[in-house]
Amino acid sequence: MSAQPILQAINLEKAYGNVIALNGSSLELFPGEVLAVVGDNGAGKSTLIKCLSGAEVPDTGEIFLEGNQVHFAKPQDGRGAGVETVYQSLAVAPALDIAANLYLGRELRRPGLVGKVFRTLDNSAMKAASKNHIADLGISTIQNISQAVETLSGGQRQAVAVARASAFSSKVIILDEPTAALGVRESNQVLKMIERLRDRGLPVILISHNMPQVFEVADRIQIQRLGKRAAVVTPKTHDMNQVVAIMTGALTVDEKDQTFKPVR
Amino acid sequence: MTKSAAELEFSHQAEKQSLAGRIQVALHKYPTLSPALVLIISLGVFWFLNPNFKDPFNLSLVLQQVAVVGSIAIGQTIIILTAGIDLSCGAIAIFASMVMAKLAFENHVPVALSFIIGLAVGTGAGAFNGFLVTKVKLPPFIVTLGTFNVFTAFTLLFAKGRTVRDTEVDPFLLTLGKVIHIGAFNVTYGVLVMIAMYLILAYALRYTAWGRHVYATGDDIEAARLAGIQTNRVLMSVYLVAGFIFAMTAWIIIGRVNAASPNSGQDLNLDSITAVVIGGTSLFGGRGRIIGSLIGAVIVGVFRDGLTLAGLDPYYQTLAVGILIISAVTIDQWIRKARK
Repeated sequence: MSAQPILQAINLEKAYGNVIALNGSSLELFPGEVLAVVGDNGAGKSTLIKCLSGAEVPDTGEIFLEGNQVHFAKPQDGRGAGVETVYQSLAVAPALDIAANLYLGRELRRPGLVGKVFRTLDNSAMKAASKNHIADLGISTIQNISQAVETLSGGQRQAVAVARASAFSSKVIILDEPTAALGVRESNQVLKMIERLRDRGLPVILISHNMPQVFEVADRIQIQRLGKRAAVVTPKTHDMNQVVAIMTGALTVDEKDQTFKPVR
Repeated sequence: MTKSAAELEFSHQAEKQSLAGRIQVALHKYPTLSPALVLIISLGVFWFLNPNFKDPFNLSLVLQQVAVVGSIAIGQTIIILTAGIDLSCGAIAIFASMVMAKLAFENHVPVALSFIIGLAVGTGAGAFNGFLVTKVKLPPFIVTLGTFNVFTAFTLLFAKGRTVRDTEVDPFLLTLGKVIHIGAFNVTYGVLVMIAMYLILAYALRYTAWGRHVYATGDDIEAARLAGIQTNRVLMSVYLVAGFIFAMTAWIIIGRVNAASPNSGQDLNLDSITAVVIGGTSLFGGRGRIIGSLIGAVIVGVFRDGLTLAGLDPYYQTLAVGILIISAVTIDQWIRKARK
């Protein structure tokens, strides 16, 4: 088993004025795994993934993608390198249809002169490809790819956001509280989708507050506390109560009992 | 198994849809449907009320009258699609028309050059609005309320309150007032320029990435930004293009009134917003079709003309326009509810 992480962060630090959000936090993501990042409010989860996706620039620390050091200055940089992020806020344009949303910001143009001179969009190609991406994720309830996103349920919208990320992320996909706005049945659909992404070999970082969900899909769980990585455990070695205890500082874990290596 | 359950729910929803519900969904999908219906019905009614209405000469007149507001409405539409609004559009057009006419007449600048300077002034004025919206981050309503006064003042200061009269305007600037005959219809070049601008913008909005980004920015600016769209650049480009369109309208205005007057065009901002709203574009942004604004402008023209021919007091025209606006916005609100 290769022990080379696909995405690695070493000792990231980030302060907003006097508030220290990240105080030397590290992270390793290995190929084909789901890594959950949990922690109390203010533990630095969001800042950590923002640094990984390029939405924030860490003050100090290093980030490596496939062993090469990267410096993301804006989200486009991360995306260009193959790191896609799905945000909590259901970041889709409601009035546009599903295909338009999937290709928003990276539209395809018609081949040849028509695309070059008149910059005409290739709607049929985008629709056909969107259909495939949606089918790949097993979202069968979406029937019509030219449906406006606002006609979809919350779960279906989140599915569109995940499909957009997975369609273009070649290396890593980061999901920030993907189920926070969803009901139980819809959450389950999203969890299934996460498993399908992993089965396709795409490593996933999942930020979540929901312990049962984390234990359902995560291979390893990184617990953030006070801007640091408090521990990395697996659902097999520790239970929910222990993870919550680590989050609140009631329990500390010895280095030798943690899981820094891939379990898959 | 969850799949079949979900599908069941889907078909169930479809069955439950009433007639009103289906109309709501149809209007939601085709926002120009309701203005198109209003136009067809009003054409029929006025035709019935007064046989002179259908006279090609009369219908041509309506189109000629609509050319100025219809052109301004193009720029207004793309700004409203980004959830903005432009109160300075008329002031920009009048400013550009004064620059074109006065430079050529009083300052003896070659007419081609004064025309280009006029276009540049209009585009620059649009860019200034865009700068205040994107960089200073002021609401478009406030920005353009301010620049409406600023550009009006510039115009009056520049023109010293004086009109460039028909005998003084360079013939080139009057080109768009010339009439050509298409069948029994008399169409000015101004009308043709307006239609050409509609076609170009309709293409750009529907078939280019720029157009899609304009819709996305107006629909949900945060989602658009997260999707990697540089929303400030989109907004800036919209105000710039709109400024250029207002300057092109300046040319149409000079042809239409045979002069360039610093005191005209005070109502163009509200008239263009009226056309856009009646045309089914949502004031909340991200929703609507530019062709709807042309239909909206024509509807207003048809109502004014038809009510005059029907021998009604002109005040009823204003009343009718008011009712049209309120109906259009009511329909928009109802359609927006369709999504959930």
